[in-house]
Amino acid sequence: MTDQGIGASVKRKEDLRFITGKGQYVDDINRHGQTYAVFVRSPVAHATIKSIDTAAAMDAPGVVGVFTGADLAADKIGGLICGWMIHSKDGTPMKAGAHPALAVGKVRYVGDHVAVVIADTLDQAKDAAALVDVDYDVHDAVVDLGKSQAAGQPQIHDEAPNNTVYQWHLGDKDATDAAFAKAAHVTKLDIVNNRLIPNAMEPRAAIGDYDTGQEQFTLYTTSQNPHVARLVLSAFIGIAPEHKLRVIAPDVGGGFGSKIFIYAEETVCVWAAKKVGRPVKWTADRGEAFLADAHGRDHLTTAELALDAGGNVLALRAKTKANLGAYLSTFASSVPTYLYAPLLSGQYMIPAIYCEVDGVYTTTAPVDAYRGAGRPEATYVVERLIEVAARETGRDPAEFRRQNFIKSFPYQTPVIMAYDVGDYAACLDKALAMADYKGFGERKAASAKAGKLRGLGFSAYIEACGIAPSRAVGSLGAGVGLWESAEIRVNPVGTIEVLTGSHSHGQGHETTFAQVIASKLGVPIDQVSIVHGDTDKVQMGMGTYGSRSGAVGASAIVKAAEKIVIKGKRVAAACMEVPEDSVDFENGEFLGRGTNKKMTFGEVALQAYVAHKFDPELIEPGLKEGSFYDPKNFTFPSGVHIAEIEIDAETGKTRIDRWTAVDDFGILINPMIVEGQIHGGIAQGIGQALLEHTVYDENGQLVTGSYMDYAMPRADDLPSYNVAMSNTPCPSNPLGVKGCGEAGAIAAPAALMNAITNALGHEDITMPATPQAVWRAIQKMPRKMAAE
Amino acid sequence: MIKISLTANGRKVTADIDPRTLLVDFLRTNLRLTGTHVGCDTSQCGACTVHLNGRSVKACAVLAASCDGAEVVTIEGLAKGDKLHPMQEAFREHHALQCGFCTPGMIMAAVDIVNRKGAGVDEKTIREELEGNICRCTGYHNIVRAVETGAAAMAGAKIAAE
Repeated sequence: MTDQGIGASVKRKEDLRFITGKGQYVDDINRHGQTYAVFVRSPVAHATIKSIDTAAAMDAPGVVGVFTGADLAADKIGGLICGWMIHSKDGTPMKAGAHPALAVGKVRYVGDHVAVVIADTLDQAKDAAALVDVDYDVHDAVVDLGKSQAAGQPQIHDEAPNNTVYQWHLGDKDATDAAFAKAAHVTKLDIVNNRLIPNAMEPRAAIGDYDTGQEQFTLYTTSQNPHVARLVLSAFIGIAPEHKLRVIAPDVGGGFGSKIFIYAEETVCVWAAKKVGRPVKWTADRGEAFLADAHGRDHLTTAELALDAGGNVLALRAKTKANLGAYLSTFASSVPTYLYAPLLSGQYMIPAIYCEVDGVYTTTAPVDAYRGAGRPEATYVVERLIEVAARETGRDPAEFRRQNFIKSFPYQTPVIMAYDVGDYAACLDKALAMADYKGFGERKAASAKAGKLRGLGFSAYIEACGIAPSRAVGSLGAGVGLWESAEIRVNPVGTIEVLTGSHSHGQGHETTFAQVIASKLGVPIDQVSIVHGDTDKVQMGMGTYGSRSGAVGASAIVKAAEKIVIKGKRVAAACMEVPEDSVDFENGEFLGRGTNKKMTFGEVALQAYVAHKFDPELIEPGLKEGSFYDPKNFTFPSGVHIAEIEIDAETGKTRIDRWTAVDDFGILINPMIVEGQIHGGIAQGIGQALLEHTVYDENGQLVTGSYMDYAMPRADDLPSYNVAMSNTPCPSNPLGVKGCGEAGAIAAPAALMNAITNALGHEDITMPATPQAVWRAIQKMPRKMAAE
Repeated sequence: MIKISLTANGRKVTADIDPRTLLVDFLRTNLRLTGTHVGCDTSQCGACTVHLNGRSVKACAVLAASCDGAEVVTIEGLAKGDKLHPMQEAFREHHALQCGFCTPGMIMAAVDIVNRKGAGVDEKTIREELEGNICRCTGYHNIVRAVETGAAAMAGAKIAAE
């Protein structure tokens, strides 16, 4: 099975349907008699709703329903929730305002949901939506993150004075301040982590359906975690009890975090299906996705690094303002706190760390997890500080990193995390060789002769994946446990269905999870089906985000497979008439030790169901096992990325000359898929650093609301990538895997900005480094360098 | 309503449509050819790319009414029975897709690039020509490899057929 099992770059099983146009995404599904929903959205950033007149819309052709927040409230439908409680440093719980699915009393960002119009056709719904007359008393917008907490700013939620949701901290302030007091050198940076819009290529979509005979709701939705959606819609929002609500997430066209959350539109569609007595379909257009998908990043940070005279890092101190937008999205509160500050130790021995984070409301779209979620922000802080500290103290940035690397494991950081394993110097050495670091000086000189500015930058990132140990996250305020479930159903002919609570929306689980089965049970992958994305098929699960599906989801499959082998051995022993403890399982065969008796996996499966040859009081018929796997620790993927760029001094345009990535993801299940994940992550990180930027004007209008205005990375913006691995198996899960989904997006921005600032010779530039921003920065260059 | 007739993936179809119907909506809604996707509303993303009379077009920027008498090929019509088009094979071989949403448009655009630029099309040209097709998953690295391989395979298939 080694040609198909763990470690093999087998081609993906799911590809055939996608390359032939047979994928089935939510918008490809149509229900008999379906209606179409169009949302009336706020055209202003901040206003009190004086009145909503729906009469003309109700009378429009084809309209079957027009609903507002009052209708949801009348049905006792609760608001959207934030599932992670954060306490401020004074011990008080975060101050969150209500988040109704359709606005009640006020609107708080452009695109906020005011009403829904449902009609026989989409065009009729659009036409009627234009007839909903909303009278707004418009207030000033709060757009500037830096000023949002200032006295006199408009209050967005009454519950949150000064628009402040929490003032949180982590680490030992006194120890950190003491370390800074004795430092020989302090590097200080003001850091902007620019706001991004996730832009999965498939826009969000939903179909709500209600079966009056069964009193059963069904929601088809573009979700990364259909069971979490069902849990929230049932237990918190109150659509229906869980056994009366089925959530289906079929093929989903990318997520990147934005499809974790339980949004207004999906909630309204499933609720309204019962109200109008017909299925209700909604598909976002791209403009709606820009306005109302949860955005990512958006931090302002002041960060400092303290060094002793020998170049050893003594302490790190950071103060961050995190924009949470107008409402708290599903996991918004955790992203700039527990997914951020615990990573501020990076790959380094830093004896003291202290971080303060203010979570802040603004009249902009909600901000939540986007590929990396807190960890890109932490890496950007750490790796910019490290790079600049090396420059300021005249040290080689590679050797300065090496000097401060954590070198023995396990390693307890001062900010919660206990790193289990790693070899940071091995990644660095490999990356230096692949990037021809020694030859950089010559290449820089050659570029200078051609009037170009060449720069090289490092990013030695770490992240915490595989979230997470349920008890650990529970102690930090999470409202749920973050285990994963698996069920293995062996059919009488030996073929297998694996039911998983993970969800694949591009990651290739139908292939990689089958590879795990091939390795553990010896069954070829074409005889294994992976079932996911349907709460009526898979009992429970926590879904896919945080690079957790290998470390947690596939580990659950391993645990269930181990139970299948145990049961199989008992059945085989009875059939072969040998003692149970003398049966071995190797390469898909059950062997009677010390005998020539053996049975294939399929033969044992058949006998388990035929049940003629064992005592039912001792062995139950059938072959089906399940597992709920809860990891004992996070996993800690790490790596070193090196960006080398060349800037055209005339135009400010940055060209990426070479990209070197050496990552440590532990054991790889499918190296081809892992490399693909790295490529995509790097592209999103390059997008953040060079191209992508979300701009609201002073009135809270989204200026970058289409692909005409928001620069998505195109093929000709990006290089080919030079990718390699340097792996240390993870000791915290049975597969030894770490997770690879977010690493590229975490590593890339710092590497690129370190390269650009290396070329410029100063640090006065923020992301995205567009040609205009770089050209302006060139004008600030030291004269000598610019003339070179 | 107006009446149009066209050939879609070799099949003659006739329909009465609202004059404002876009080709992409006609394909997805009237013909249930849902392999052609809608990823944006500004004709930027290319997820809706199909072949109209042998040239790639963005089906969101074409009125169905203007396609009367035309020959349209979508992703569903690219393979010959069970035999995949060389470009489809190349996308699978090179792991040039992840979520699969942009893939139909990407493959239809790639075939057109090779038709116009030839089998020896280089990486720089491929990247420039893919400007109108956005992928958020792959970082384009493997898509470029697939188009290079698909181009060579298309040339091979053409020689074999002649």
